Amino acid sequence: MRFNRTAAIMLRQFYLMRGSPARVLPLFVWVAIDIVLWGFITKYLNGIAAPGFNFVYTLLGAVLLWDFFGRVMLGITTAFLEDVWSRNFINIFATPMRISEYVAGLVLTSVMTSLVGLAVMMFLAMLVFRLSFLTYGLMLTAFLLVLFLFGIALGIFACAVVLRLGPASEWLVWPVPALLSPFVGVFYPLKTLPTWMRMIARALPPSYVFEGMRTIVLGERFSGITLLWGGLLALLYIMLAGIFFVRVYRYASRTGLLARYSAETAA
Amino acid sequence: MDTVLAVEALYKRYGAALAVAGITFRVGRNEIVGLLGPNGAGKTTTINMILGVLEPTSGSIRIEGRDVTTDRSRALACTNFTAVYATLPGNLTVEQNLRFFGMIYDVRQLSDRIAELLVQFDLKTFRNVKCGLLSSGEQTRVQLAKALLNRPHLLLLDEPTASLDPSAAREIRAIIRELTARDGVGVLWTSHNMYEVQDVCDRALFLSHGHILLEGDPKTLPREHGKATLEELFIAVAREPLTLSLE
Repeated sequence: MRFNRTAAIMLRQFYLMRGSPARVLPLFVWVAIDIVLWGFITKYLNGIAAPGFNFVYTLLGAVLLWDFFGRVMLGITTAFLEDVWSRNFINIFATPMRISEYVAGLVLTSVMTSLVGLAVMMFLAMLVFRLSFLTYGLMLTAFLLVLFLFGIALGIFACAVVLRLGPASEWLVWPVPALLSPFVGVFYPLKTLPTWMRMIARALPPSYVFEGMRTIVLGERFSGITLLWGGLLALLYIMLAGIFFVRVYRYASRTGLLARYSAETAA
Repeated sequence: MDTVLAVEALYKRYGAALAVAGITFRVGRNEIVGLLGPNGAGKTTTINMILGVLEPTSGSIRIEGRDVTTDRSRALACTNFTAVYATLPGNLTVEQNLRFFGMIYDVRQLSDRIAELLVQFDLKTFRNVKCGLLSSGEQTRVQLAKALLNRPHLLLLDEPTASLDPSAAREIRAIIRELTARDGVGVLWTSHNMYEVQDVCDRALFLSHGHILLEGDPKTLPREHGKATLEELFIAVAREPLTLSLE
């Protein structure tokens, strides 16, 4: 694996962002709006609810973590879509770059872009709404790591879907985080869900993060083993997403879809 | 002949349709081979298979002895291409595109190489211009600069002069010819311009319905087949491939 090739993917994204506010603003504008919106909602709820419970740590913290997860996933997908939008597949895939180098480039791009969003969210949440991250302790790093890993898995999966179904299918992948949110209990405990939804939730790493976050905020004991399980699940999903991407790439190469991608179908 | 590209019994089938039907050919060092044929003959399919973006149904492709299917990355490291249907991203400048692809091809002393190519293809004034803003002729020159970034041993040129004016096309032909003679590059060149093929190519392969029907020196081929010009021969191959193949 050559780092130069992986770095090229990152550099390309940097070039594109440097010359395009339309690419830079979404890195932090939407997440900042979310933080402001939920920040005021939590303030309002704190005002009308019984004293002693602070909604900032459960709701605003959850929004911050969930938006970070979404930024990681979209960071990968957007970098991949740049090649779709500029019809660059033949130029990219007819080079010596390996699939692993290409995907690593997408992941590194996402690390950079999602960190920008995270920094803005943390800054706003701390400064404006007095969200203290000390409440979560060291577990915050573990929460972010699990969400980051699952965001990567979902991002790679989304790229494979777009590669397989054609350029128009990008509209299928944008709402994926929203589709998952009811199952992972971003704002409510999993016990609120019906049994079938809880079964799905157990297979989704973010569920462990949000359950853990609420347990800590309520001052109860939270076992790191539970979160480790979430992390292992996320790693498993990265592996499965990687296999899926390679299989889709091979299909696209075998059927001619890769060479005639704009046609959306090889038939 | 020192071989750069060896294609053996190459087939590509899409369901019932046979796009490439067991072709075998070689491209040697210092050699420019023209791949000719009517639209739909299988030229681009062949090039896509050599570039590793289309998996052959069967057969083998070796570049500098490395199999494109099993040793893709090393085989493509010494290959490059331009094609009218593979324009460079229009939202990057000329220099950004060259740097991006130069890093992917792992080009040493990349800044020097980019500067050299900008001069060679008269692109210095467009260095910081986005490729999407260039004329089609200028874009072709950028694509050619990109194709030479890694000093390829095998160069695939799919209609490289299609959008160039006659003067620019002549210059490009001269550059490619010089490169082939000086650096030992092997070139596979597709074109519908028969004058160009006669001018540039050492050998021509006539492809029709996925088969190589004729092969030889483009300067002598027409006479050998009772035609006055290469264009007449091309038209005959395009219209009556089976008659010709049986001759």
